[in-house]
Order: sequence, then structure tokens, then C-alpha cells
Amino acid sequence: MARKIGTVTEARPSPELVGLTRPEYDEIVRRLGRGPNPLELQLFGVMWSEHCGYKHSRQTLALLPAEGPRLVEGPGENAGVIDIGDGWAVAFKMESHNHPSAVDPYNGAATGVGGIIRDVLSMGARPIALLDSLRFGPLSDPRARAQAGGVVGGIAGYGNCVGVPTVGGELHTDSGYRGNPLVNVACLGIVRRDRLARARAAGAGNPVVYAGARTGRDGIGGAAFASEELDERSQREDRAAVQLGDPFAGKLLIEATLEALATGRVVAIQDMGAAGLTCATSEMAARGGLGMTIDLDAVPLREASMRPDEILRSESQERMLLVVRRGYEQEVRAIFHRWGLEAAVIGTVVAEPELRIRWRGKTVAALPPYALAESPAYRPAACEPIGLTERWAFDSPAQPRTDVADALQQLLRSADVASKRAVFRQYDHSVQVRTVVAPGAADAAVLRILESPPKGLALAVDGNGRYCAVDPYRGARLVVAEAAAGLACVGAEPLGVTDCLNFGNPEDPEVFWTFRQAVLGIADACRALRIPVVGGNVSFYNESPDGPVPPTPVVAMVGLIDDVERTCTTAFKEAGSVVALLGGGHPTLAGSLFIRELHGEARGRPEDVDFDTHGRVLTVVRDGVARGWLLSAHDCSDGGIAVALAECVMAGDLGADVTLPEAGRPDAALFGEAPSRIVVSLTEQNLPELIHLAAAHDVPMCILGRTCGDRLLITVAGQRVIDTPIHELAEAHDALTEVFS
Amino acid sequence: MRFGVVVFPGSNCDRDCVHALRTVLGQDVAELWHGDDSIRGVDCVVLPGGFAYGDYLRAGAIAATAPVMEAVGRFARAGGAVIGICNGFQILLEAGLLPGAMIRNASLQFRCRDVWMRVESTQTPFTAGLRVGQVLQMPIAHGEGNYYAPPSVFDALEQHGQIVFRYCDPTGAVTADANPNGAARGIAGIRSAQGNVVGVMPHPERASEAILGSTDGRLLFQSAIDSLAGLRGVTVGA
Repeated sequence: MARKIGTVTEARPSPELVGLTRPEYDEIVRRLGRGPNPLELQLFGVMWSEHCGYKHSRQTLALLPAEGPRLVEGPGENAGVIDIGDGWAVAFKMESHNHPSAVDPYNGAATGVGGIIRDVLSMGARPIALLDSLRFGPLSDPRARAQAGGVVGGIAGYGNCVGVPTVGGELHTDSGYRGNPLVNVACLGIVRRDRLARARAAGAGNPVVYAGARTGRDGIGGAAFASEELDERSQREDRAAVQLGDPFAGKLLIEATLEALATGRVVAIQDMGAAGLTCATSEMAARGGLGMTIDLDAVPLREASMRPDEILRSESQERMLLVVRRGYEQEVRAIFHRWGLEAAVIGTVVAEPELRIRWRGKTVAALPPYALAESPAYRPAACEPIGLTERWAFDSPAQPRTDVADALQQLLRSADVASKRAVFRQYDHSVQVRTVVAPGAADAAVLRILESPPKGLALAVDGNGRYCAVDPYRGARLVVAEAAAGLACVGAEPLGVTDCLNFGNPEDPEVFWTFRQAVLGIADACRALRIPVVGGNVSFYNESPDGPVPPTPVVAMVGLIDDVERTCTTAFKEAGSVVALLGGGHPTLAGSLFIRELHGEARGRPEDVDFDTHGRVLTVVRDGVARGWLLSAHDCSDGGIAVALAECVMAGDLGADVTLPEAGRPDAALFGEAPSRIVVSLTEQNLPELIHLAAAHDVPMCILGRTCGDRLLITVAGQRVIDTPIHELAEAHDALTEVFS
Repeated sequence: MRFGVVVFPGSNCDRDCVHALRTVLGQDVAELWHGDDSIRGVDCVVLPGGFAYGDYLRAGAIAATAPVMEAVGRFARAGGAVIGICNGFQILLEAGLLPGAMIRNASLQFRCRDVWMRVESTQTPFTAGLRVGQVLQMPIAHGEGNYYAPPSVFDALEQHGQIVFRYCDPTGAVTADANPNGAARGIAGIRSAQGNVVGVMPHPERASEAILGSTDGRLLFQSAIDSLAGLRGVTVGA
């Protein structure tokens, strides 16, 4: 027998209007034992959206490894947590803010930063670093430029004010992102292990405290908006679904929350992000197997006239929900008030597992929290995209490129390779006095751990839509391998990964197959490296009228350095030092940046990574850095060894004269790509030690030449094919400065 | 010697300043809350960087009216040593404790990078231990560091030696290329007529340990410690 809730029982509402299907509606009826009232159905609409519910991805994500000796919290909490020793842990997570950034680049990106900071803060951790991974259409297009400028401005605007340094990131362009840019932001925080906070409600009778900024009419239905494809209409009509950030309030929230948690009076905490109050109340209650009674009249509002569905679904930023030990609510509220924030008791934890929402003296919704929080999980149909394997076939262009020096400059000018200095200088990357290796200076950012010296943390973020479009499984493995190589180049041992999986519509079997292959690739790679995936985010429906975005799994990897004084950067340091290549591999033009930039095709299957070899190469690099033998270390990735060498030369403003080991055609030798290849430099004195170390790990090592002068000289098969002054390389490499000025 | 670091709600370099003074330099440090109207008897006040009250209005405009600034103003007018770093400099300008104003960087963008600046005046507690012409390396991180003032103020600043730092290249040459924000006359820092109040845009607290790339910032704090302890002969509040 259906219960009547409040006054809002009407004719059977339409599930489609809230983004749900008829079978999902039937499932709601089954779970409730009655039909939902219109308000309740709206709550299901946001909680069962793809963005909140992970309906299409949950079963696949279970394939990712989530175990390890250092793992403290895996997926399921607001951020993953890894032990770093001496009683400290790091919390980290990455999230997408693609759709909001497409419609409103500045605010979309800014609130992406704010949201991920609050996820880390919810674990009780002080946020100490941000990284971002960005994808746009070709920057020759004015619209892509405007998006890129707005997104970078938004990240800077929020991150700089809130006082969390942006220490690294990546930026790539491809025509596939033209209608749907990707904005992924990762945050890392540090927390004392015994101060770790969680989002599990406990203790019937404990007050539920709302803290932070007031609730307004912005971002309503943002989670549902993130779960639809973008079209022409979005640009005009979805602006109200974009949240507006206030970094000052974000800063206040960080300080007040950490102070409140330090009292030991907070039982549970979660940020109010996607699906706002609905999500925070139902998830916290569901995790604790309890219920909550929430009084909407106690919620601090910007506009008194807000309706219950607006209050419950608002995604206004800079808000937290806390369960506080009974009797201490005034103490906790006083802390938030002292920081100039709202803090109000809006409800109570109850033993009966029911989320009861009251408004103006009446119950307007009453639902089992689990019914909302645990959306149905689907196993969508998957099928290999037609024509995929045909794209694997690759014949090198018949005519070897002879003007390879021009080709090198063209690659340096491409957005994928060009210096990101014009972006990074807009980000405060030195606040908090932890940044030891600044963004762009090495293959990973390095922070010192002030709480536990002399240790350091290394952070790398990588993605490669070009590889994944051709082979999502292999592409995803290569992405993880590259992040690990980046960490090794600064001397760090990997601890764990968070990922952001950006794909099109999962109900398209080809898209879903691609997604699943990418997840399998990440899973296998992380198992091989023996590191957990501590959590992350899936962003589906990244489609525009042009079709889905290239499959773009992005990983952020965190590593530990025993002694932060022993780290390394890309730049060549001393004239007359030895330049060597660690790791051999079989560089190929298949799937390479060279083929895309110079031949205009995304074709050919990239060389796979062998994780046994990769692991041994990285061990030699890491040990070489840790023992202080290496003066520089840099991974060969986009554009092959020629681009890597050019980057070492430009960063150090010191030339080199090298001979490549490959005997074949110069374009393949210079620009061919393969994993597990690291360019290092070292003094003559340390050379025997490194040779010995490489031999001990059965790692191929090839001496390429010496650093000298102010030109890059490269010889292939007895011919000097590159002879370019550094300033000419640097000029090409600086192409983005004009774009971002 | 006791330093007081003022904490506005949106300060984000307060902890860094406390770290540099307490952990690196071993000084006694009090954190001074923006809502208090006392500076609790400290010997030297540091106004740190950040976005004091969000700075959605002109940077530092609201902070200049905070209760703690009344106490800082009294202390400064009595000859007490005050340094404003970045947002702290902006606040000193807005509070009228230093002349001139900050406008947006000429690039209209935030800038974070290492710069060099040349010491122009040693008539302050923070530079008494340095020498004129000395070149210091430290980071900037600001969107509004483009110093400006009416011509009469510039003349007075020049005449009385109140320009303390100018942006320069690593050799000490003051050039347009070395100027990161368009500040008039390459000004990176100025002092009050008495010399006890100093504003500086670059961040000495971010350049106080070798691991961060420079220890030049420590020289400013060390100079203040030595001067105020009477080890060096600077006349404060003369």
C-alpha cells in the first residue's frame, strides 16, 4: 500500500523528465514498495545519474586492483589514502569537469578545482598540490583558444587564491576534442594517519551539521547535466547547471574544516558536491547503515524562496556536511563562524535506515538511504569498433623524411610537445614552500614532505588519446608506464594511482568496449607495477555533434622519494658530461606524434610495453638518481628521442653532440616512439658505476655522446641529420606563449 | 626577538612565513588574528601574502580596514618594524602606511616565477645587513603587482631613497625584460620615509632554504633579526 508523503502526491510522474528509464522507475517502486512522489523521483534522478551512480562503469571498475601493503583507503571514500610512513598518509583523487568547462570554461574549471580539493579535505587531509590534465581542439581554432584560455584562467583563479600550488599537468590537442574539451584535475593532501576522517555516519542522536557557504540556485541538476551529451543547445541553456566557485570561501572551508576535525568531535564528514545535499546525506547514512532526519528550513539559503527540490539538488560550492558527536555541535559551529562561514544543525542521525526530509513542518520525502545511494549497475553491450584492427596496420611512409630538422621544429611547435611555460606561470606553484621541482622542469613534480623530512613526493599525470584511439588496451598500459617512468626520472618509487576515464556514450557498444579495454589496460599495468588504483572518476557522454571524444584515460601517479635532496630534472647540467640512453626497445612511427603532425593521420599500433623490462629500466634510473649518479633524466615519449634530447638541451641551455644507435631511416630513428627509453646524462666519473648497475639489471645502455656547445647535433647511420642552434629549437618550443598571452 | 605574522582569513602565505621564521630561523613567532585589535607586543610585524578577504574588490582594500590593522598602524607610526609581502604590500598601500598603489600586471595575468631584484636602500631593518647593488633571487606570485604612483610620489621616493628593491636581470641590470609585471621604474619594494615599514612583492619566505632554489630571502629576515637586536646600526623611527 502506497504511503502518501506530504502534499505532493500527484499523477504518476515521468521518469524520463529526470533522466531515468522506465525500468529504473520500476526498480524504484520495487525498492520503496510504492511509487515515489515527484520530489523523491527528482532525488533518484540525480543520484542515479551516471555521474553520481557509476551505473555503466561500476562492474568494470571492479577489475582495477585496489590492494597493497600501503593502501589505507581505496575506492568508495571521497579520496584514496596511502601510507607514507612516520605516521603520515597522503589522500589523492582526480576528477573531471568536462561538461561545465565546455559551457563556461572559467567557472567550469574553477569549480573543478574546488570540488577535488574538498574531496581530499573530506579525508581530513590538508590539500598540498594540484595537477591538471587538459584536452582541447586544435588551438588554431579561436573557439578552442577561448576555451583553453578560460580553463587555464579558471584553474589559476581558484588554485592561486585558495593557496594550493598547481605543480604539474599536461595539455594536448586533437580535433576530436573540439566540441567537448576535457578538464581533469587531481589533488593531493597530507594527513596524520590517526586524524584520517571518513564519510560514514555513526551514532543515532548525533547532530548533522551543515557548514560552509549558503545554498543557492546554481548548479542545480549539474550531475544530470554531466551525464548527457553536449549539443548546440548546451551552450545556451545549460549555464544554470554550471556551479559558480568562490575560492575565498574555499580557503575558509579548508582552514575551518581542518580545525574542526582536529577537535576530535567530528564523527563523519563529506563535501556537498555533485547532487549536493541529497548525495551527502544519503551516502553518509547508507555507509553507516543508519538514517537521517533533515530539516530543510534550517539550511542556510541565499534565497528564502527556494523549493525543496532546489535545496536538495543545488550544487552550490564550498559546502560540507558533518556528523558531530552530540553535545559538541556548538563547539564545532563556533569554529566555522570564526572563519566567517555558515554552520547550522540541520538534522539528526537516526537508527532507522530512513532519510526523512522535512520542509515547513511536513515530511516531503522519506527514503531508505541505500535505495538512493546504490544505483542499479549495468553491464552494457560491448563490441569492438568496426575497422579498429585495420588501423593497426602500418607501413612507414614510403619516402623517408629528409628534412628532419624542420620536422623536429614542427613537432616542438605542436601543442602536445610545446613548452607549457605560458600555462604554468599563471599558476602559483611555489606557495606552501614544498615545491622542489617546479612544473615542466622534470617528468614529474617533486614536493618535499615538511612533516616527515627528508622524504619527498613525486606526482605525474599522463594520458594519450592518440594511442588509445588506435588500441585502448595497449594505450592505457602505455599511459601507466609513462607515468611510472616520469616518477623514476625524479627518483621516486610509485605508491598508487588515481584515474579519470573520459569516454563517449557508454550505451554505444563500441564506446563501451573501448572503455572496458582501457580499464583492463590500466588494471594489468598497475598489477604489473604492484600499485593500487585508489579511486578516481568516470566521465561518460563526452560527445558533441562531431561524435565521441578520443578515448582518454588519464592517470595521476604518486610516488615516494626517500631523500628529496636526491632528485633529478630534465635539463642537461654540465658541459662535457656523458649522454646515454637506458633501455632499448623498438621505436616505431606507428601511432606516433610524427605521423599525426607530419602526415595528418592517426594510424598504426603503438609499440606495447613489456613490464618486466620496464620495471628493470626504471629501477636502474631510480637507483641512478638516488645514488646521485645522474645529472639529468628524461623519458622519451611524444616525438621520440629527438624531441627528448631537444628538451634536455633547451632546459639546460646546453648543447649536445650525439649519435643514435639505430641504423635505419633517420625519421624513424629520431621520431619513432617506444616505452622504456630514458635519456640520462652523467659525469665521466660515474659512468662505470652506471654501466655496472645497468648490466646488473640486464638493462641495455647505449652511450650517445657528450653535452657541449650551444647546438643540438644528432647523427644517424653516419650522417649528421640535425644541427640546430638551441635558440631556434627554443623559439619553436615557445609556440604556446602566443596562444596564452 | 618576537615576530608577529598576521593571519587574515584568506592569507595563504602565513604558514610559510611562520615556517621560515620559526623553523628555519629559530625565532619566536606569534600568529596575530585579523579580528583582534592588538599585536600582542611583538617586535616585528609580517603581513603575509594571499587574498586577505578574497580580494574580489581591489587587493588589500578590505584588509586595510581590519581591526588588526589599527594596531599595526599604531605600531608602524611609533617606528615599529613592519614588512608586507605581496598581498601584505598591497595592504600597506591601501592602509596608507606606504605611498602608491598596485594595478594589474601589464600582462593582465597572474605570474608565478623566479625573479631577481637589486637592493637599492639599506636604510630599513630588512636590508640593513645587505649592500646596495646586491642582487637577490626569489619567486613572485601575484596578479596585481604593477606598482604605480603619481609623479610627485615617484620623485619623493627617489629623492628620499625609499625605493628598496628594483627588478633586475641576474647581473643586476634593471631592464624592461627583467620586469615581470610592468611596475613603474622597476619597483619591487619600497619603504616608508622613516624606513621601518617595507613592502615587497617577491616572496622571501619562499626563498629561505637551498632546497627551494634560493636562500636570498632569508637575508631579509636575518637582517631584521640583527637590526632589531641592535647588532647593526640602523636608526629606526628617527
